[in-house]
Amino acid sequence: MPSRHPEEAVFPPRTRLRPHPRLSLYARLAGYGFRRHSAYRAAALAGAFTNTVFGILRAHVLIALWEARPGLAGYDVADAVTFCFLGQAFIGPMQLLGGGVQLAERVRSGDVAVDLLRPASLQAWNLADDLGRAGYLFLLRSVPPTLAGAALFGIVTPAHLATWAFFTASFVLGVVVSFGWRYLVALSSFWIVDDRGTQALSMVMAMFFSGMVLPLNLFPGWFGTLAQSLPWAAMVQVPADVYLGKRDALEALGFQALWAAALLALGALATRAARRKVVVQGG
Amino acid sequence: MIEVDGAGRSFTVGRGRARRTVHAVRELSFTVAAGEFVGYLGPNGAGKSTTIKMLTGILAPTSGRLRVAGLDPTRRRTALARRIGVVFGQRTTLWWDLPLKDSFELVRLLYKVDRNDFRRRLDELTELLDLAAFMRTPVRQLSLGQRMRGDVTAALLHDPAVLVLDEPTIGLDVVSKAAMREFLGRLNAERGTTVLLTTHDLGDIEKLCRRVMLIHHGRLGFDGTLEDLRATTPGEDSLEDVVTRLYTASPADR
Repeated sequence: MPSRHPEEAVFPPRTRLRPHPRLSLYARLAGYGFRRHSAYRAAALAGAFTNTVFGILRAHVLIALWEARPGLAGYDVADAVTFCFLGQAFIGPMQLLGGGVQLAERVRSGDVAVDLLRPASLQAWNLADDLGRAGYLFLLRSVPPTLAGAALFGIVTPAHLATWAFFTASFVLGVVVSFGWRYLVALSSFWIVDDRGTQALSMVMAMFFSGMVLPLNLFPGWFGTLAQSLPWAAMVQVPADVYLGKRDALEALGFQALWAAALLALGALATRAARRKVVVQGG
Repeated sequence: MIEVDGAGRSFTVGRGRARRTVHAVRELSFTVAAGEFVGYLGPNGAGKSTTIKMLTGILAPTSGRLRVAGLDPTRRRTALARRIGVVFGQRTTLWWDLPLKDSFELVRLLYKVDRNDFRRRLDELTELLDLAAFMRTPVRQLSLGQRMRGDVTAALLHDPAVLVLDEPTIGLDVVSKAAMREFLGRLNAERGTTVLLTTHDLGDIEKLCRRVMLIHHGRLGFDGTLEDLRATTPGEDSLEDVVTRLYTASPADR
């Protein structure tokens, strides 16, 4: 047998299968985000209680509305009540009332200097932390209102396993879109010292255009079309419709993925601009 | 290890007619050789923090050039971060709500430190800085002295060649201060880590720094040994009086 030349056909040495180092960094960060929030269980439970109470109030309003106008927006009463409690369940994970990203506060206090020193992406760092936060708040703030809604009014549950799978993906994408938006709002504090204005504006937009106040398919004409194509729709309306089976799941996921990609790309650009601003103009 | 050559940094502040240019640092030049322990003194607003931000790459100089560990800080920020350790005494890199050891574990992943090196260094630092008792305590429950020891550890786990400290003893009691000083002295003497120390605590300077640089009105007002510093004001024994005289001297005097 001819001996093989030592330099040919050398396979790369077998390494143990280990996750990519950056991946394990961000996975761990997500875990820390989860645990960091679990330190504030009382606050989360208080939030869940509020979400549940408001859910009950909203459900009564929607029941009255749908009894007066059955079949409105293609929902029956049970769909409308389900939509209401799903919306309540999304408030925590999607952080529909704003905030969640600590960055704005850190820019104001100057702690962001520590973040800027780290050899890591500021955006990915915050995204990982936020996904962990959303995971924790899903357990504490999404499950209770949903169960309460189911017990008090009865809610629709998807019959097919596929719908559950699509809904899960849609929910996660909703959180990512929500992060993409909130991260941009938080980044604005690099330019605007007091970000309360942008936060308040963001909250109003998110509340209305997510479908939290009223389902977006209630609005006819160009306004309805516009509302349904903005990123906030990806946070409540779209995942709720996927759950209710009112929308083609793949088209819905595509819509969310597009917004997630667009907002994250915009966030990456804005991060570069923010870094350059600090580096060039001082912080 | 650190080369600063005519570095200047100005900021434009205000709007419209009130717009003006503030020179935080002007024509700053100094070099720090490997293994040195240098104290960096200056009154509030003298330009110390601006210098540190330039050295660590979070602020670009408006003139002149800098090199730290052979790298241009603003251009090679990420590469530089792996070679330097930074401690801001008034800020923390630790995770507030999580046990101290979790923050260290994150540092390992962030700086891609080899598992065995990490374990060895952490054991060493745990021993030297006496961390064992609160390794599992959430950071928010630590005393300031404990937290600062944690922050110093976090800055050293990737074994940086240069350690930049911005007021690492601020707010510490005498015992914690002494422990921190002893540790920093040993780190420099035994490991040869280059240290640049910014402080308002002259005790830190007297105990640790062979060389002192003093910045005032954005310029380097003094650069020499501790003895030279004392010699600037003959007849004054206390370092505090010497420094007070230098701080209050108008820039034209020098």
